Amino acid sequence: MVNETLMGDEAIALAAVHAGLSGAFAYPGTPATEIMEYLQELAARVAAGTMPGEQFVAQWCLNEKTAYEDALGASFAGRRTLVSMKHVGLNVAADPFVNSGLVKVNGGLVLVVADDPGMHSSQDEQDSRWLADFARVPCFEPANQQEAYDMTRQAFDLSEKYETPVMIRITTRLAHSRSVVSLQPARAMNPIKKPAPGMDWILMPAVARRRWKLVLERQRKLEDLSSGFACNTYTKGDKKLGVITCGLALQYYLENLDDYQVQRGQAPTHLHIGFYPMPTDRIRELYANCDQILVIEEGYPLVERLLRGIIQPGKKIMGKETGEIPYDGELSPDTVRAALGLSPHQGLAVKELIPPGRPPQLCVGCPHADSYNALKEALLGYPLHAVTSDIGCYTLGALPPFNAIETTVDMGASIGMARGASEVGLIPVVAVIGDSTFYHSGLSNLIDVVSHNTDVTVLILDNDTTGMTGAQPTILPSSRLEPVLKGIGVAPEHIRVIRAHKNEHDKNVAVIKEELAFKGPSVVVLVRECLEAIKKARKA
Amino acid sequence: MKYDIVLCGVGGQGGISVSVVIARAAMAEGLKVKQSEVHGMSQRGGEVLAHLRLADKEPASPTIPLGGADLIISFEPLETLRYLPWLNAKTGLVISATKPLINMTGYPDLAKLQAELEALPNKLLFDADAVAREAGNVKAANIVLVGAASRSLPLKEESLKTAIRELFGRKGEAVVAANLKAFDYGRTANS
Ligand code: SF4
Repeated sequence: MVNETLMGDEAIALAAVHAGLSGAFAYPGTPATEIMEYLQELAARVAAGTMPGEQFVAQWCLNEKTAYEDALGASFAGRRTLVSMKHVGLNVAADPFVNSGLVKVNGGLVLVVADDPGMHSSQDEQDSRWLADFARVPCFEPANQQEAYDMTRQAFDLSEKYETPVMIRITTRLAHSRSVVSLQPARAMNPIKKPAPGMDWILMPAVARRRWKLVLERQRKLEDLSSGFACNTYTKGDKKLGVITCGLALQYYLENLDDYQVQRGQAPTHLHIGFYPMPTDRIRELYANCDQILVIEEGYPLVERLLRGIIQPGKKIMGKETGEIPYDGELSPDTVRAALGLSPHQGLAVKELIPPGRPPQLCVGCPHADSYNALKEALLGYPLHAVTSDIGCYTLGALPPFNAIETTVDMGASIGMARGASEVGLIPVVAVIGDSTFYHSGLSNLIDVVSHNTDVTVLILDNDTTGMTGAQPTILPSSRLEPVLKGIGVAPEHIRVIRAHKNEHDKNVAVIKEELAFKGPSVVVLVRECLEAIKKARKA
Repeated sequence: MKYDIVLCGVGGQGGISVSVVIARAAMAEGLKVKQSEVHGMSQRGGEVLAHLRLADKEPASPTIPLGGADLIISFEPLETLRYLPWLNAKTGLVISATKPLINMTGYPDLAKLQAELEALPNKLLFDADAVAREAGNVKAANIVLVGAASRSLPLKEESLKTAIRELFGRKGEAVVAANLKAFDYGRTANS
């Protein structure tokens, strides 16, 4: 057996290849980015002949929705396919994802979603298991790198057997921690094989009604499977306390188990959940056998809430809803320790008050700094104005020394929000967006701007890359931006392409001022390559 | 056997390489290793934290409990103080670079910071940048810290050096030699 030290993200990527992957699709987003980066590395090795196996495809896509739809097409063709994204990316892909629960999946379709509890680099800490439940799609939640590998392989089998997409839900800590994984032999890809004739991929109402009934039946079968599944383990112990752990939470529980036995006696009765839908029989068994229940799960209280619909009320159920486990942030060995009623661990006290974390900063010489300096000066003549922005390195424009932007909500929102504000009378309004985010979701908003002739000035910070996640290539090169803008109807004289550099400061201020004064849609493209991207290109 | 290490510093200081060198050396000696990093932002200057757990049995939690760390290796004095609650209060050792990186508002008074560090029970404090410069490689302050840590780590000097050779091998003999020299200088560095 071969062993390799892998990050959670890498373990999933390698497992997919070993499971006979034909096509993988993704949009970058922390902490999921490394899945596609590793897949591309593996694909390059196959191409170079340094890794055995057939050539598979591993591509960055415009956004998570297009990536998911690509995966659907690959599954339709009978091939195995993986699509990966961060949790908020699944909101973008929610339309194809939820509906794909109803089609009769052909080649194995596995969706990996990396949640970010604690918001290390995200705007919320939503829990993707809820979306799996919502779409009636089964979900694996690995507890370590080995399980990430094993469950990914299982997910492909389950997807083909039950003809359903399968979600793998991980969190930052698993995605970005490493340990040794033992690998299984690789298997071949599926041949191309279209679905059997029938209407199972045409979700018109008559078909969808039929498919939905089948999905609900499938859900009952999956629930039965779940109770007996090896991923969901039941360990008999003390009846004083029944503990449910989910995914990675298992490790924090195990970390404290020896101390629990020393301080409180016999180990609790324990149900570990690594696969959903909920193992209903096992949950009833645990509840019947224990005086009270503690649920330890990373993210939102999914199991804690769902189990209330499975058991008869009466006994005490502890978790996030009741405050034994903190509702927000990541779990830690210490929060779980407290929930288990153990005496806290203590390290050295800190006497001097430590200021809260250091905010990250734009790289020295980043083109965004020059863009913001020009924008701020151009806006000096407008006591009332608004600057909406978006998600990327340039979000740091919200912090000193810039204090240049006022909103960041979701990918592409800068242009939509600027348009809405402008239409109801807040003028001038500037939308600041990066080139990758513009293609991801800003373009559709800009079409609204053009078609309603809204008075908005859009600043596209074109650094020719997706900088924040480590400089992945943008879906279209810089040179295509101008034709795209012209093509959707932005007046050519109000498409101003300038260089984001401090040597051009005065000229740039003047250009932005002119476009602020113009009553209608205008786009200023500030071009200069991301320094990280230059570094990365040099290394390659 | 169980040995937990907190590695902390500021983005861009090379903390990840330190984690890789120690982890490789530990695995070569047959230990089980869990490495947890928080990364993902390309931008520079934010705090960086890695947890590294070495044991004969696979450690459970990817992160170290409060008071559990045997060693803090820090690239920056303020970050050293930030993670003290993770250090074993009785036996824990701090190896810290002393040069502050002030890229934020509200950085504490330097004299007070210094006094806090000096008051630590088990410590090795030195200017890792200066030692790296003496060793002829300003970029190798991180490996200087590995060298300093090698006196206390439950690992053989040779395993760490082999890991350094492996990690930098691709960059050529000169880079390997420079880092090995930085390691040796760190190994003999004094507070
Ligand atoms: S990674 Fe690129 S875009 Fe981001 S701050 Fe650095 S130079 Fe600017």
